Amino acid sequence: MTSQVAATLQKPWLDQAENPFVRIHRVTKKFGDFIAVHDVSIDIYKGELFCLLGGSGCGKSTLLRMLAGFEEPSGGRIEIDGQDMAGFAPYDRPTNMMFQSYALFPHMSVERNVAYGLLREGVSRAEARDRTAEMLKMVQLERFAGRKPHQLSGGQRQRVALARSLVKRPKLLLLDEPLGALDKKLREETQFELIRIQESLGVTFIIVTHDQEEAMTLASRIGVMNDGEIVQVGEPVEIYEYPKSRFVADFVGSVNILEGRVTEDEANFIRLGCPDIGAEIHVGHGFSCTLNQTLWYAIRPEKIRLTRERPEGRHNNAKGVVEEVAYLGNLSIYRVRLDSGRVIRATKANLSRHEDGAITWDDPVWVSWDDTAGVVLSA
Amino acid sequence: MMRRSPFLPLICIAGFVFLYAPIVSLVVFSFNESKLVTVWGGFSTKWYGALFRDPQILGAAWVSLQVAAIAATVAVILGTLAAYVLMRFGRFRSRALLTGMVTAPLVMPEVITGLSLLLLFVAMEQIFGWPAGRGMTTIIIAHTTFAMAYVAVVVQSRLTGMDQSVEEAAMDLGARPVRVFFDITLPIISPALVAGWLLAFTLSLDDLVVASFVTGPGASTLPMVIFSKVRMGVSPDINALATIIIAIVGLGVGLAMWVMVRGRNRDKAVQRTE
Ligand SMILES: Nc1ncnc2c1ncn2[C@@H]1O[C@H](COP(=O)(O)OP(=O)(O)OP(=O)(O)O)[C@@H](O)[C@H]1O
Ligand SMILES: [Mg+2]
Repeated sequence: MTSQVAATLQKPWLDQAENPFVRIHRVTKKFGDFIAVHDVSIDIYKGELFCLLGGSGCGKSTLLRMLAGFEEPSGGRIEIDGQDMAGFAPYDRPTNMMFQSYALFPHMSVERNVAYGLLREGVSRAEARDRTAEMLKMVQLERFAGRKPHQLSGGQRQRVALARSLVKRPKLLLLDEPLGALDKKLREETQFELIRIQESLGVTFIIVTHDQEEAMTLASRIGVMNDGEIVQVGEPVEIYEYPKSRFVADFVGSVNILEGRVTEDEANFIRLGCPDIGAEIHVGHGFSCTLNQTLWYAIRPEKIRLTRERPEGRHNNAKGVVEEVAYLGNLSIYRVRLDSGRVIRATKANLSRHEDGAITWDDPVWVSWDDTAGVVLSA
Repeated sequence: MMRRSPFLPLICIAGFVFLYAPIVSLVVFSFNESKLVTVWGGFSTKWYGALFRDPQILGAAWVSLQVAAIAATVAVILGTLAAYVLMRFGRFRSRALLTGMVTAPLVMPEVITGLSLLLLFVAMEQIFGWPAGRGMTTIIIAHTTFAMAYVAVVVQSRLTGMDQSVEEAAMDLGARPVRVFFDITLPIISPALVAGWLLAFTLSLDDLVVASFVTGPGASTLPMVIFSKVRMGVSPDINALATIIIAIVGLGVGLAMWVMVRGRNRDKAVQRTE
């Protein structure tokens, strides 16, 4: 009981009684005839770090711009902190945005860029100076405080933009691709810093990214967008392990998608005939479907076993030849061409530094998986 | 490599000679010792000296400079406001028409501009009693109207090139629109304002036709004085005066171009490189 309360405290979206901090209700945005955002509804709770994930041009920035007040929704409603935002100008909203294009003030020094928002808020000059210095230290730009934006590198500009949006500590922070131009190390540090700010200040974040790894590390929840629509909202684990459609499975991480027809439909298992791999797939749980219906089975590469010997059982395995091996250091990626002609991707953690008789190019192998390893998809 | 015709450079040179030979000869003869305009009598700067002792020319120069400075300043203010409203206040009805109308004075024949302004001033004097008579005030107003069109075009092109999200960012950080204009927009487009001012200044300094229409007794601009003197025969001191004007105008236009190009290059450097 108490642990359940703790769980809903951590995960307010599970609590029916909780009021969302940001309510996006059936929001649509049209540019002329073109629908950039279509009927999007998301509830985001206080203190969340919500990631909007999606391909280029799917409407992420447009949604963010509507939250910040730069675009008026063509339909639907946006509420922030219980207040309908319709008719509120950007300068009257409790939000700050980091622009995808950075939008730094070209005629102001780094320091004045960051301090600008504080001074507009009526903060005293001395306090503004202190808070600006603190923020510049966080993004490791103290040494560049006096420079103009055109004297900075791309990654440095990005950090100025980030600092400028963070320094006001708004109730809602909107970050449009905040870490794209940073190198791996700095990106990880900044991600960590974002999480620290979110935890210590209780700021709610909405972060746009098209980097699924970043979304997985940062997010409390992820909203996956495609063509202006939200296709799935869920925690990172949920999105990764229980995608609801082939699009989500494919977009988040890499996956093998096998097409099959239902040959057996029982209460606690189903079977799919799968000419793709020349074998049957046994799924260890029930699924509401009809015989002969076409379904898809999505299985992640790391859940596929590679063996030289034939595994036991008649299902969930197939024979093939290793076509390619890519060594990535911590793991190796195998492309196996099955006898049916279909290529399957499998990964294997490199547990020891040197393995005698390791599977390599042109080896005949068997691929196999457990009956709970994959997800059945109907869309 | 493509073979270029040897005639191309020749034609190019011929074109430039055609354009600049008259000006060069004018400059050369302004340093002529002889009083005969077409006969070279050795190098001298005496005509420049004579110029600065001629009260009529000095007076006209003073009028011209005052008119140009005031007209350019007012034109920059009005032209900038017009361009800003047209570019930033969304797509209101008749925006395209207004944008076209702002630039129309650029192609309007000067005679028509001058005549219509003269008629307007006469009518206004009859109805409101202002401007009383014609003189420097009316020239300033007339120059402001056509210079404003040039300024509006220059500023408009600058606003188009400017990244609008910078203004949005300021608004996002809590600045109201008026504040955004003065804090962000104005400094960013300032090169266009400087260029527009210089352009307006030189245009005003150049103008003969419009000024002749709307002027009254006692207010003669430099081009008007030159024109009336030349009608009585070309004298070498006019060559000297013309040389000075060419220098000022050339300097103004050159400076305007330099300011514009520099501003644009700096812009490019700030745009995101992905
Ligand atoms: N002002 C506008 N007028 C017309 N179409 C627009 C406008 N702004 C955006 N669009 C269109 O809306 C769609 C969504 O754009 P948006 O900028 O939201 O994409 P995005 O998801 O942020 O993509 P990216 O990851 O490349 O930044 C795009 O097809 C874009 O061309
Ligand atoms: Mg975008």
